[in-house]
Amino acid sequence: MTDANEAMLVCMRGIWKQFGPVIANQGVDFDLKPGEIHALLGENGAGKSTLMRILYGLYRADAGSIAVGGAEVAIHSPRDAIALGIGMVTQHFALVPPLSVAENIILGQERGLRLDLRTAEGKVASAAKRFGLSVDPRARVRDLSVGQRQRVEILKVLHRNARVLILDEPTAVLTPQEIEQLFETLLRLKTEGVSVVFISHKLHEVMRITDRVTVMRAGKVVGTTATHQMSPSELARMMVGQTIVGVSKPPRTGQGSVVLKLEDVWANDDKGVPILKGVSLEVNTGEILGIAGVAGNGQTALSEVLEGTRPSTRGRMWVCGKDITNASPDQVMQAGVGRVPEDRHESVIDEMTVAENMAIEHIDEFSRFGLLRHAQIRQHAERLIAEYQIKARPNDRVRTLSGGNMQKVILARVLERNPRAIVVSQPTRGLDISATEYVHGKLLEQRQKGAAVLLISEDLDEILKLADRVAVIYNGKIISVMPAEEANPERLGLLMAGVH
Amino acid sequence: MDAPLVGFLVGLIAATLRVATPLLFATLGELYSERSGVLNLGIEGIMFLGAFAGFAAAARAEAAGWDAYLWIGLLVAALAGILMGLLMALLTVTLGLNQHVSGLGVTLLCTGLSLFGFRLVFGESAVLPRITPFATVNPLPGVPVLGTILDQHLLTYVAFSVLVPLGAWVLYRTHFGLNLRAVGENPEAADAAGIPVFRVRTIALTAGSALMAIGGAFLSLAQLGAFTPGIIAGRGWVCIALVIFARWDPVRALLGAVLFGGVFALQLRLQAQGVQLPYELLLALPYLITIAALAVAGRNAPYPGAYLKPYRRE
Ligand SMILES: Nc1ncnc2c1ncn2[C@@H]1O[C@H](COP(=O)(O)OP(=O)(O)OP(=O)(O)O)[C@@H](O)[C@H]1O
Ligand SMILES: [Mg+2]
Repeated sequence: MTDANEAMLVCMRGIWKQFGPVIANQGVDFDLKPGEIHALLGENGAGKSTLMRILYGLYRADAGSIAVGGAEVAIHSPRDAIALGIGMVTQHFALVPPLSVAENIILGQERGLRLDLRTAEGKVASAAKRFGLSVDPRARVRDLSVGQRQRVEILKVLHRNARVLILDEPTAVLTPQEIEQLFETLLRLKTEGVSVVFISHKLHEVMRITDRVTVMRAGKVVGTTATHQMSPSELARMMVGQTIVGVSKPPRTGQGSVVLKLEDVWANDDKGVPILKGVSLEVNTGEILGIAGVAGNGQTALSEVLEGTRPSTRGRMWVCGKDITNASPDQVMQAGVGRVPEDRHESVIDEMTVAENMAIEHIDEFSRFGLLRHAQIRQHAERLIAEYQIKARPNDRVRTLSGGNMQKVILARVLERNPRAIVVSQPTRGLDISATEYVHGKLLEQRQKGAAVLLISEDLDEILKLADRVAVIYNGKIISVMPAEEANPERLGLLMAGVH
Repeated sequence: MDAPLVGFLVGLIAATLRVATPLLFATLGELYSERSGVLNLGIEGIMFLGAFAGFAAAARAEAAGWDAYLWIGLLVAALAGILMGLLMALLTVTLGLNQHVSGLGVTLLCTGLSLFGFRLVFGESAVLPRITPFATVNPLPGVPVLGTILDQHLLTYVAFSVLVPLGAWVLYRTHFGLNLRAVGENPEAADAAGIPVFRVRTIALTAGSALMAIGGAFLSLAQLGAFTPGIIAGRGWVCIALVIFARWDPVRALLGAVLFGGVFALQLRLQAQGVQLPYELLLALPYLITIAALAVAGRNAPYPGAYLKPYRRE
């Protein structure tokens, strides 16, 4: 090992990992210095999570070596990684909701027979104080907000005296204020000598807090550089391999008429507790209305009510003057509403082919005497695949598609009907820069064509970029609606936290 | 209160505790499996195998003139349960197979093994082989009321006063219990926290199956002193319901076992008293009550988060 490598806290060399036909990591080298914040960038499926899951022992590499503190190590499980001072906050949180914060934090850590919760709670409280991560050790995790849960995750890692903290897309679900808090914590940890690996699709975040950046593309490292030597567009070019043309919102043409209207809509959650408490909205032709809010404030219920999959208990809804209150999903669709639901996997049938999924919502048009007309279904799919540049063949199972391509299938299916109103939820969650730009471009195109778009998103950047007007949902109510010109992250962030 | 009524009630309470004992063993066993995220539908068969293996071993040991023949029987039953628990763990944890299919398979296997084993050990004799069962212990002999109620088997005392508090303590107050709950709720999280998910599930299944087998052996070694094909009679399935009724809590499991045991004992007493009700209805009564209790208490039941889900790392 050379001298240069000895200064590194973590050295990964020649990492290979294959999942069936997919090679997620092809000879990846990755270094981490002590006390640095190191960004890991790359498009969807570039292999970032895989590389870090290997470092944390969740996956085992097919080939390659890992050295920590200069000594070669074998990491077979998270237990090994933890012992080496490596901790990870995964893309989907690894918490046990019915347990308390303290229980979650000491989980798998303490030895011995008896569980001493009192002492554990004390320790957690003092660690929380030390790192500036305020959280009540005795609270049940299921009662916490997303931001609080993330603090628990980070505390869990730090409580084990980790020297390396891996964060996989940590900001995707946070409010601007929570992101600020997270960044403060990270900078504080840096001064304590902790190294941080920061995975994100948001370039401005990477520019702001990271020292170095490693860019991956299709399972390989494209390069590692000091962050301040790069510009966001250079980073984007490195990630994608070509220049990305960002879309931007053209000015609105004229005043539209009301397409989608909600009046005092109420709905209950699955347990019968009100989750929407009197929502009133109007969306006009050629307009995008953005609904901003922290996860769990009624967004999901709102889109479900609009799609006809959740009954409203009070209030009325119209599309172009036609009453669609408690109409079935089919009737809603017939009335001209297109929908891109929050969970991609729920709006497609994973085990069916791309062609079948594209035809399924209008299957009667593709059948005669109850028999499917396969040739027609296939032609239809081929046309959409070409038009929407989907990287898939008509007979591929949707399950095998990447998130971005799956979203394109859903968009193609919805948009080819020229809907008059479109309800989209979290349309770019987890998508990389180019896929995100593509989806944004399509939504703006619909706006230009005169559709009324209701955009429900937890991603403020997305809302600010696309929306003509912004509404903030909090605790089942729309607490504010403002023109996009008056909206900014600070103002929206406060409203999203219920401060107004 | 008049004397016959007091006598009836005292007898009923004593019988309730007796009937509830095997249920309590098996319910706690199932509860531990399910808390780890595995539904063990092998329960009915494992109880049956426990009843058979315990009886066969005890009968042989008794014939050989060993004093501790009943304890040997109990030990053999527990070992048989452990073996089946390991098999269940191999199928559902290591191989990650469907838990319903695996459990029913284990029940069929245990049933077949026991019936076959019975013929192998005892032949096709016309008289039912018998052993002298466990005697009861009575801390207050001759004392009215309490003396009758407390005249119980040692295993009943163990189930009620040791196993339930111990079970609750392990679940809520030890690191193993915390790991167990975490594994059953969110194995990914548990794994990421460094908990050996497979090992915890295997331990829960194995210990749970041993308890089920002991529950079955209680019937043959303490209650009957014999083994018959109808000895379990669906008690295992009742325990599955009791776990849900108990909301996966050992103390509530005790309540459930006593409730079912009470109705079962009442039904027996009413039959013995010659009450003018159809015999079939009386027989069905405990099961109907179970369904009713389940319908009331089982709504919004807090199923473990990873219930029925095999865990795979990749
Ligand atoms: N457990 C798995 N089984 C099969 N394939 C997998 C698995 N995990 C990852 N892959 C595949 O490996 C490739 C790399 O995935 P990975 O999750 O590492 O990408 P990523 O860079 O983290 O992407 P994203 O930005 O979407 O999170 C993808 O093609 C993915 O489908
Ligand atoms: Mg990832």
